[in-house]
Amino acid sequence: MQKSDVTHQYLRHTMEFPNVWCPGCGIGIVLGAFIRAVDRLHISKDDLALVSGIGCTARIPAYVDFNTLHTTHGRPIAFATGVKLANPKLKVVVISGDGDILAIGGNHFIHACRRNIDITVVVVNNYIYGMTGGQYSPTTPMGKRASTAPYLTVEPPFDTCNLAISSGATFVARSTVYHATQLSSLIEKALVKKGFSVVEAMSNCHTQYGRLNREGTAVRMIQAFKNVAVPVSTAAKLSPEKLEGKIVIGVLHDIERPEYIEHYQKIIDRLQLPKMADKEEKE
Amino acid sequence: MTDVSVPKLIQGNQACSYGAIAAGCRFFAGYPITPSTEIAETMALELPKYGGKFIQMEDEIASISAIIGASIAGSKAMTATSGPGFSLMQENLGYAYMAEVPCVVINVMRGGPSTGLPTKVSQADVMQANWGAHGDYYPIVLSPSSVSECFDITVRAFNLSERYRCPVIILSDEVIGHMREMVSLPDFSSVEMIERQRPNVPPEWYKHFLITHDFTSPMASFGEGYRFHLTGLTHDEFGLPTSDNIEIAKKLGKLKLKIERHLSDISQVNTYKIEDAHIVIFAYGSVARAARQAVLLSRKKRFKAGLFQPITLWPFPDRQLRQISRKADLIVVAELNQGQIINEVRRVCKSHSKVVGLNRYDGELITPEQILEKIKEEHR
Repeated sequence: MQKSDVTHQYLRHTMEFPNVWCPGCGIGIVLGAFIRAVDRLHISKDDLALVSGIGCTARIPAYVDFNTLHTTHGRPIAFATGVKLANPKLKVVVISGDGDILAIGGNHFIHACRRNIDITVVVVNNYIYGMTGGQYSPTTPMGKRASTAPYLTVEPPFDTCNLAISSGATFVARSTVYHATQLSSLIEKALVKKGFSVVEAMSNCHTQYGRLNREGTAVRMIQAFKNVAVPVSTAAKLSPEKLEGKIVIGVLHDIERPEYIEHYQKIIDRLQLPKMADKEEKE
Repeated sequence: MTDVSVPKLIQGNQACSYGAIAAGCRFFAGYPITPSTEIAETMALELPKYGGKFIQMEDEIASISAIIGASIAGSKAMTATSGPGFSLMQENLGYAYMAEVPCVVINVMRGGPSTGLPTKVSQADVMQANWGAHGDYYPIVLSPSSVSECFDITVRAFNLSERYRCPVIILSDEVIGHMREMVSLPDFSSVEMIERQRPNVPPEWYKHFLITHDFTSPMASFGEGYRFHLTGLTHDEFGLPTSDNIEIAKKLGKLKLKIERHLSDISQVNTYKIEDAHIVIFAYGSVARAARQAVLLSRKKRFKAGLFQPITLWPFPDRQLRQISRKADLIVVAELNQGQIINEVRRVCKSHSKVVGLNRYDGELITPEQILEKIKEEHR
């Protein structure tokens, strides 16, 4: 990497490089998109807490120079909730994979959406458990091969964004690692949003998912995103049949709803008032 | 605010909550479960008045995750649960031992296994509190036996937790949690509070897991400019994952030594009429109350009995028990389970005392008379 690149100044140079990811992995593109978004917003490194669970994507925090928290499998949103409540001044971001957030962590995901707590979650969806060797995940499409689906998957997948919207998240967007610039700007919008925001980053796992399903090299898989991606505006004009197998990208949902901590803080402030009145009386 | 000027008739669970607030706890995450729920309810009511925050999470796993997160961000944090919830918390308790995050977890014990007896008393989680999570770690576990002890022990739990940067578990039980007693709470501002050691080096020199002469490390919080990494993976002094065998041994050694080197500070035992005792009743929690009465009953029958009540259950009080057992011919270990901590007592005392168990696991308390009967039966 060029030292002049903006991402260079956000990396933790005490970590051993090269990183854990396979050559060609999309996770690096997501990380780059995230760092560029943070840089554009001039968020201080000290003010950002980056939380992850377990898996390939969850290894991101160790490499970047923020307040970083690599937690247990499925729990990053619950840890992040505690971090945010204890220090609301921190910008709290969860970055983890589809298995971590939607399978073992699914319950925490929907409840954080419901609370509308001011946290941004970046779900890197590569349809598979990469680190453990290619087992199917809650986002693996039907009829795909995985090491635990040798006769093809028989479970329908979750749509991450629909799940987030119906659970109450106030900002939901999706992009792919082919559309790295758009991905970065969507993450930027999510970071700015006051409330629970979700960005789904569609990524390639050519080592596991691609190999098992004969989808070719990293380059071919990333190019494929270009062909199946449909912008939200175009998708609105297409019939459900025509959208079959497509990935809708862009801002899918952006509404206003009271944010959890702001709401709770008002109650806390109200309860503090009698104490202050007491003091004034004494004075 | 809690008016502390008048004695109050409160439950053990409430006393735990007040103790936590007095110790500086400002974050509580929990999930409803009998018989611990009153702790969450009291925290929901009281914490906001002190500027603290309460959150009811979606399950016990989320609860412990949230308190660990809050502690990392600089808040003193606690959760409370009972058997099934305590089982769910084990993985992340292990995380807190590994990442050396201070926090307090109260387990108000009920009958098990599984859903068991939600409204009945038991002491069957004693070994789980020591060995519940996977891997090598050295927990601090405290056990109260009265409402006022619930307050004091919760304060102490926070102080030990901040001092040694580890979770501290309070093993209360259904009887202690729900029992009401008159207590005079101390003025919260007069309660002795230990705060976590803060780093006194510039951020670029900061090591989150620095190995010091006494094996405890100063701790910065997120957002203070130190920008450290935390992971459940085995890590070096900076907190970065390592697979270097020397670093691995250093880390795991530190987890052990920071407890082992401070046993005299951590370990606390209460005794009653133990000085001339030839018969020792070993009891903790609600059973210690019956045991105290049993000492008096026994002495009326001319048995020289005394009570040995560990307040710190883990690390096990080897040294104190060995000392008193030298004079003891008989040690009766009374527990509300089928015999758990008795094996530790045997390990320490087998060579010089007869160790017998008095166990009850039907959801009812052991009575003083039962203890006396056991003494009569076993003493010759």
